[in-house]
Amino acid sequence: MSYLSSTIGRKQVVGIAGLGLCLFVLTHMLGNLLVFVSPQAYNEYGHALTSNPLIYIAEAGLIAIFLGHIILALCLSMKNKAARPVKYAVNAEGEKSTSFVTKTMKHQGIVILVFVVWHLYTFKFGSFAPEQFEVQYGDVVMRDLYRLMVEVFANPMYVAWYVFAVFILGYHLSHGFSSAIKTLGFSHPKYDDKLTKLGWLYSALVTLGFASQPIYVFLSNQ
Amino acid sequence: MAGTGGKNINLKLKVWKQNGPNDKGQFLNYEAKNISTEMSFLEMLDVMNEDLINQGENPVEFDHDCREGICGTCSLVINGQAHGPDRGTTTCQLHMRRFKDGDTIAIEPFRAKAFPVIKDLVVDRSAFDRVIQSGGYVSTNAGNAPDANSILIGKEVADEAFNAAACIGCGACVAACKNASASLFVSAKISHLALLPQGAAEREKRARNMVAQMDEEAFGACTNTGACSAACPKEISLENIALMNRDFAKGSAKNRS
Repeated sequence: MSYLSSTIGRKQVVGIAGLGLCLFVLTHMLGNLLVFVSPQAYNEYGHALTSNPLIYIAEAGLIAIFLGHIILALCLSMKNKAARPVKYAVNAEGEKSTSFVTKTMKHQGIVILVFVVWHLYTFKFGSFAPEQFEVQYGDVVMRDLYRLMVEVFANPMYVAWYVFAVFILGYHLSHGFSSAIKTLGFSHPKYDDKLTKLGWLYSALVTLGFASQPIYVFLSNQ
Repeated sequence: MAGTGGKNINLKLKVWKQNGPNDKGQFLNYEAKNISTEMSFLEMLDVMNEDLINQGENPVEFDHDCREGICGTCSLVINGQAHGPDRGTTTCQLHMRRFKDGDTIAIEPFRAKAFPVIKDLVVDRSAFDRVIQSGGYVSTNAGNAPDANSILIGKEVADEAFNAAACIGCGACVAACKNASASLFVSAKISHLALLPQGAAEREKRARNMVAQMDEEAFGACTNTGACSAACPKEISLENIALMNRDFAKGSAKNRS
């Protein structure tokens, strides 16, 4: 049996990919916080990233990690479903029950995937506005991502959907972060609780960091 | 049959009845009357079955053996919980004082593709035997028992190995897991050998082989939710699953074929 066709091998790859995405999500969130610095800092950060030729390698890597995470998680999910063809008539309550977050990881993943596609459509490809907004700092002309973002977040429905999606993302990570580390083989009675709490702290920071941007922009537009 | 200090209660039971592996199966309603709260859950089923036999009906089939929580034969999912509502308890050690007069109790078999129903509440758990056959042993000839002081094992390590070895192989972990994963059982069997010197030599190969068999038997994957450990009558720790994951990864990396 090969590593990648085993349940544990697949779980570990899903976990490693998930941790890679955790790192990406954290840097993305920190980059977004530049909105609190100035429109120029925000735009120049985005420009520095997209004008670097290495961006294509990074993007290809990110897509591969995303696809690996999604495809292998779906394979495991199908195997898990097949492992219990007849469901229980009564669901367990209390300690012997399964937490809601683990039961709905797949559903959270679907929400996140829809959000990511929509998010790329809106911001990366700028398909929201009829023309690309541009701005000039010194000699350099660059996309005015800040203006695009302000216009998008003027719509309360978009803000609500964005905040909902990042909360689902945080919920997904609140289990995913510590679970991935356990799947990779780290568990110790002294550190298990701390690891779980670190996962929650990380997820809370990511969620609040992401949610602060649209709420701040929407409120300051009023 | 009434105990000395307990009272007697009447219960309504919703019990899974299935004539054989290929039968669709269904819930049937039964009544358990005049049950002493000092009886065990299995004794309650005995009383119900006696009544059924006296009425000329078929009794409900269920697995049991030692009735003192050490053999791993009894099973049952009681109101959605493997081995009932208590922690660290097998169904045979569950007492009727845990229930109230007039309660309705749903009783189902352990449900997993790898544990097909033989009849009613009896399931075939031989998938576990095949997992053990795939590597749950030490294959080197260890000779006669060595002098106790010639192989020194730290108390903490011995305790950890013993805790893993406490697994009675009942299958409650599979029953409680949302994915019907056997990770807790398989990892306990891997750990208790891997932690001791006699078993350590083959630990990674053992992990590889036993995980391969576990997958072959169509158990699901682990989601680190912990329902297995909560349902385990011996409260086997999730730490064992992490050890299995480590050994499996190392074994896969080092494997030459």
